[in-house]
Amino acid sequence: MAPVATPFFFYLFAAIMVVGGIMVITRKNPVHSALALIAALLAQSSIYLMLYAPFVAGVQVILYAGGIMVLFLFVIMLVSIDRSVRERQFNSQWVAGIIAGMTLGGLFIGVYAKGKDIFPDHAMPIIESDNTQKIGTMLYGQYMFSFEIASLLLLVAIIGAVVMAKKKI
Amino acid sequence: MHEIIQYILSYLTSDKTPGAAGNMFWALVYIMLVFAGLSVAVIAMNWLERKILAHMQVRLGPMRVGPHGLLQPIADAIKLLLKEDIMPAEADGFIFWVAPFLVVLAAFTVFVVVPFGPTHAVTDMNIGILFMLGVSSLSVLGIVMAGWASNSHYPLIGALRSSAQMVSYEVAMGLAVVSAILMTSLNAEGTGTLSMIGIVQAQMAQGEWFIFKFFPLGLIAFFIFAVSMVAETNRAPFDLAEAESELTAGFHTEYSGFRWSLFFLAEYSAMIAVSSIAVTLWLGGWLRPFPNWLSGGTWDQIFNFFPGVTFLFFAALCFFNTVRMPKHPLFRVQTIGLAGFGVVLGLIGLVLLYPPVSFRIQDIFWFSAKVTGFMYLYIWYRGTFPRYRFDQLMQIGWKVLLPLGLGVLMLTASVALIQEYLIKTWHL
Repeated sequence: MAPVATPFFFYLFAAIMVVGGIMVITRKNPVHSALALIAALLAQSSIYLMLYAPFVAGVQVILYAGGIMVLFLFVIMLVSIDRSVRERQFNSQWVAGIIAGMTLGGLFIGVYAKGKDIFPDHAMPIIESDNTQKIGTMLYGQYMFSFEIASLLLLVAIIGAVVMAKKKI
Repeated sequence: MHEIIQYILSYLTSDKTPGAAGNMFWALVYIMLVFAGLSVAVIAMNWLERKILAHMQVRLGPMRVGPHGLLQPIADAIKLLLKEDIMPAEADGFIFWVAPFLVVLAAFTVFVVVPFGPTHAVTDMNIGILFMLGVSSLSVLGIVMAGWASNSHYPLIGALRSSAQMVSYEVAMGLAVVSAILMTSLNAEGTGTLSMIGIVQAQMAQGEWFIFKFFPLGLIAFFIFAVSMVAETNRAPFDLAEAESELTAGFHTEYSGFRWSLFFLAEYSAMIAVSSIAVTLWLGGWLRPFPNWLSGGTWDQIFNFFPGVTFLFFAALCFFNTVRMPKHPLFRVQTIGLAGFGVVLGLIGLVLLYPPVSFRIQDIFWFSAKVTGFMYLYIWYRGTFPRYRFDQLMQIGWKVLLPLGLGVLMLTASVALIQEYLIKTWHL
């Protein structure tokens, strides 16, 4: 079967991501920002799909659909949109922006120029159908400890949220 | 011309999905077929829901447009398309415009992986079930966008309710799904699968539907899914997002005409989508009843008759009611129409009885029959259960279904491990 992962699709999704990312920081209305974020994240999951990582792509969609949902609710409940649309935006920090942009750009150019030496010159032979099983065995085998630590961290966060939200337990 | 026919006939005997064969043309044909079939199913569901609800409440339901109101959904569709499309002046234009399309997109895209048969799916992904859950959870975004963009109170409250409800019930739903996926790993090779076709094949290989596996664990997981899927699709008794008595119409109060009909379409196709997840995971997908126990040529022959006989039965019902129609001249058109409908159904039934067709259509028939059962359940719930209060809804989700789901998941894993241990040590 002909590969679907053609450069056309890569450029398409990359363009969606870049435009979405720019819109997240330039829209005055926070709801529009959240929607642009969704577009960017969905495009990102498509790029995961092109990298033969279907499990990561699927999980990305599931998690971020729920995550952005909660973000949306926060925006609706906590931000007064009428006021924030009229407010002067405080993201116009040109000096810091230019420095960060140049650093990141320099990094990209460096990787692009030196990439041949850093990365292996051929793609890893990945069998797409095993992707989920591979991730499972890795998470519960090789990276068991870090996985458990991460889940403990989440548990602490849940307990913290309950303690903060409830005055009387 | 001859070559084209040969090409089509050669595909009819294929044993791969169009996606697996990498055939763009057949994938397109399948997408069209699924889309058309879904639209017809939504139309049929619209009529059936009104009829069945009416009969449950000892009414007649639609009777005027066509014989027994058969043309009512078409009349409704024409009305909706001709209606003025209003956008509130204070609404957020772009989001208001894009929300119904997002909902429809999410509801229809999931059908790419729904396995109507071992070869009758647009494609088979190895993350099939994840894809279905992920894409169908995108529809809640559309609902919240619609509620927020309407810039009005009822839609906003409906949208907030719907989002809270979906986010809570997705957790219980996910746990139930995981416990079913765990069962797929009890094959001979010992690896599970997330692919929709693979899940049904695992049930075939293990010789039992997952609803009966590790009784009652599979049944409880199925029950959790069956409750949370009603909540996920915002249907009665969990239809708080569009509770008529409190919120007029909930998140789509400000929508009218074509855009409202998109929400309607999305709601019904989402119902069919979650039902097909339930059928695939627990009820054996396209498998006919007792594929292992009642196997062999004779039983295959007998079960091959089912699709055709079902349609012939419906045709017979039509003819029976044609005879019962009032003999008044004003009813002549309706009587002829009903007889014509019966003839069409009968012809479909005869085509389905033709052996190659019936062999090929078998799996689609059983899958659709099971999904139809779920559709009837949806209507039945709506006709019998009163609507829950919102705190009760949250209580069921978080305090009943979630712990139950966790318990079932752990027990399933333990039983599976014990079974594997017993098989490995004592070769039971």
